[in-house]
Amino acid sequence: MKILVKLFANFRQGRFKVQEFELSVTTTCAEVAAMLKIAEAELGVVLVNGRHAQLAQPLREGDTISLFPLVGGG
Amino acid sequence: MDKIFRVNMTDLTSSVEEVPANWAGLGGRALTSTIVAEEVVPTCHPLGPNNKLVFAPGLLSGTPAANSGRMSCGAKSPLTGTIKESNAGGTSAQQFAKMGIKALIIEGQPKNDKFYSLHLTVDGVKIAEESELIGKGNFAVIEALEAKHDKKIGVITIGQAGEAKMAAANISVKDPDSKIRSHGRGGMGAVMGSKKIKYITIDSTGAGAITIADPEKFKVAARTFAKALLDHPVAGEGLPTYGTNVLVNILNEAGGLPTRNFTYGQFKAHDNISGETMHDTIVERGGKTKHGCHAGCIIQCSQVYNDKDGKYVTSGFEYETIWGLGANCCIETLDDIAEADNIMDDIGVDSIETAVMFGVAMEAGILPFGDGKGVIRLLKEEIGKVTPLGRILGGGAGSVGKTYGVTRVPVVKNQGIPAYDPRSVKGIGITYATSTMGADHTAGYTIATNILNVGGFVDPLQKEGQVELSRNLQIATAAVDSTGMCIFIAFPALDIPECLPALIDMINARFGIELTGDDVTDLGKNILKTERGFNLAAGFTNKDDRLPEFFNVDPVPPHNVVWDFTDEEIDEFWNF
Ligand code: SF4
Repeated sequence: MKILVKLFANFRQGRFKVQEFELSVTTTCAEVAAMLKIAEAELGVVLVNGRHAQLAQPLREGDTISLFPLVGGG
Repeated sequence: MDKIFRVNMTDLTSSVEEVPANWAGLGGRALTSTIVAEEVVPTCHPLGPNNKLVFAPGLLSGTPAANSGRMSCGAKSPLTGTIKESNAGGTSAQQFAKMGIKALIIEGQPKNDKFYSLHLTVDGVKIAEESELIGKGNFAVIEALEAKHDKKIGVITIGQAGEAKMAAANISVKDPDSKIRSHGRGGMGAVMGSKKIKYITIDSTGAGAITIADPEKFKVAARTFAKALLDHPVAGEGLPTYGTNVLVNILNEAGGLPTRNFTYGQFKAHDNISGETMHDTIVERGGKTKHGCHAGCIIQCSQVYNDKDGKYVTSGFEYETIWGLGANCCIETLDDIAEADNIMDDIGVDSIETAVMFGVAMEAGILPFGDGKGVIRLLKEEIGKVTPLGRILGGGAGSVGKTYGVTRVPVVKNQGIPAYDPRSVKGIGITYATSTMGADHTAGYTIATNILNVGGFVDPLQKEGQVELSRNLQIATAAVDSTGMCIFIAFPALDIPECLPALIDMINARFGIELTGDDVTDLGKNILKTERGFNLAAGFTNKDDRLPEFFNVDPVPPHNVVWDFTDEEIDEFWNF
């Protein structure tokens, strides 16, 4: 299935901003992070289609997953 | 011993007073709000002689505690009609604290039309007539006063907007680089203008160090506290690298970035104005990605933004400003927004109120959406020159909405709603509705928990848990605003267990007292109740704790959600 992956802040360093991947149907958020060598401890926020997601959440065809380190402001 | 400096602008006298016993344990917001509640008639006209303008450094300001150099400024607000506290960095809080000035209270009003200046020394206040700098912008005022005194002189000043008593006018405070930090929200600049004070200079010659009751205990606590700040990924790494503007992309992804005057939750040009792009631009042009608004800030969320030729344009370039002129006004270039930010600092208008106002002005057809150059022109030629149109714009979002018959006017208690859509980030909607200050994100920053996974997680799109979240954060924030601490210490405080106890230990060591965590929570509760008491006496009711109607009926994409709290659910907030 096709999944769009978006990376933010320092996750972009040495990786990419946005990229489409062809992944097997059972892929979870955690597996996407692992594939990109992003440690779970570094992950701040995971959004799937703009909604907060758990790491174990399986993705579906056409999903957009956005990965952020812990960031803040205000 | 700390003193109260009091200035009466009606008869142009000043006095140095003992600190009343019930004010002794207070600082920052706790003190300004207590003084305003005790001494200001709630129904008075905010721009009349019965309002008072109060400045107070925080309880820990002037000590070596990290990030403790914030000053609170309070009065009845001409924008909202409520009590107001607005805090800012800059050099003056630390000067006040070291000079033993617990608070400066400015009351009365000159009967003539002249402007004045105040000069503060350890001995008291000198009032002088001022004519030379009237009509000048804040940067020129700071430059002239440094030339007249020296580089170390502290300056608190208003621009043309404050002189003209516009409700969006702010008060500018000189920072360590002779640039500007602002008491932004609520029109405090108009109150200073109504007192006919163009600027305040602070000469701290002869000020000693702060006495600390238990220096050893203080040192240990201060070290633990600083370590917690630096260990936390947000305070130690994210903020100094990307500034607060890192939020553009995350709010955009989450569908909570108010766009085109709160019509959409996502902005197509988000990447142009994002923290990531800003970071790369700053590095490329030889600016600074990190910078502190006062000496002793170890988080350093501020930055120095240069133009293409490497020349300084602005600093303290915040997410709210960039969101407001960017997504909300659909301006797609950071350079235009940076130039506008500099002009807002110079003429002295709140960059949040003004950015929200421009969204409404664009909807009204005064200028097209996306017109960055138009914003710059209106700031300089209309607001800066105090024309009739400039006065309407300088009155804020509500003023423009009323004048032009716009129905989508994002304000609560007439104060512009900042950078998070309350329909898709529901916790912050409760804060906007119930804050004693009018719409104010910092009053109870639920974004931490709704969006950023700091202090746990409460789903931003559900109603459950939002009232309690906002209440807890508003109570904690009121207490933190009294310490002189920058609000960003909340990120580590929410996540790192040693952080808050270390903060309380520092207060205890400073004053030789034994506050507990519960005492601090009680302080927060008391502040909120004091402020609400003032507002109720000024004529506000629970019916004012509501969001504008359009949030109930216009769904915001991409989640297509509306604001769906009932009145009873919102009113639960005050059940404590
Ligand atoms: S983190 Fe930012 S707002 Fe806070 S004290 Fe430092 S520069 Fe000022």
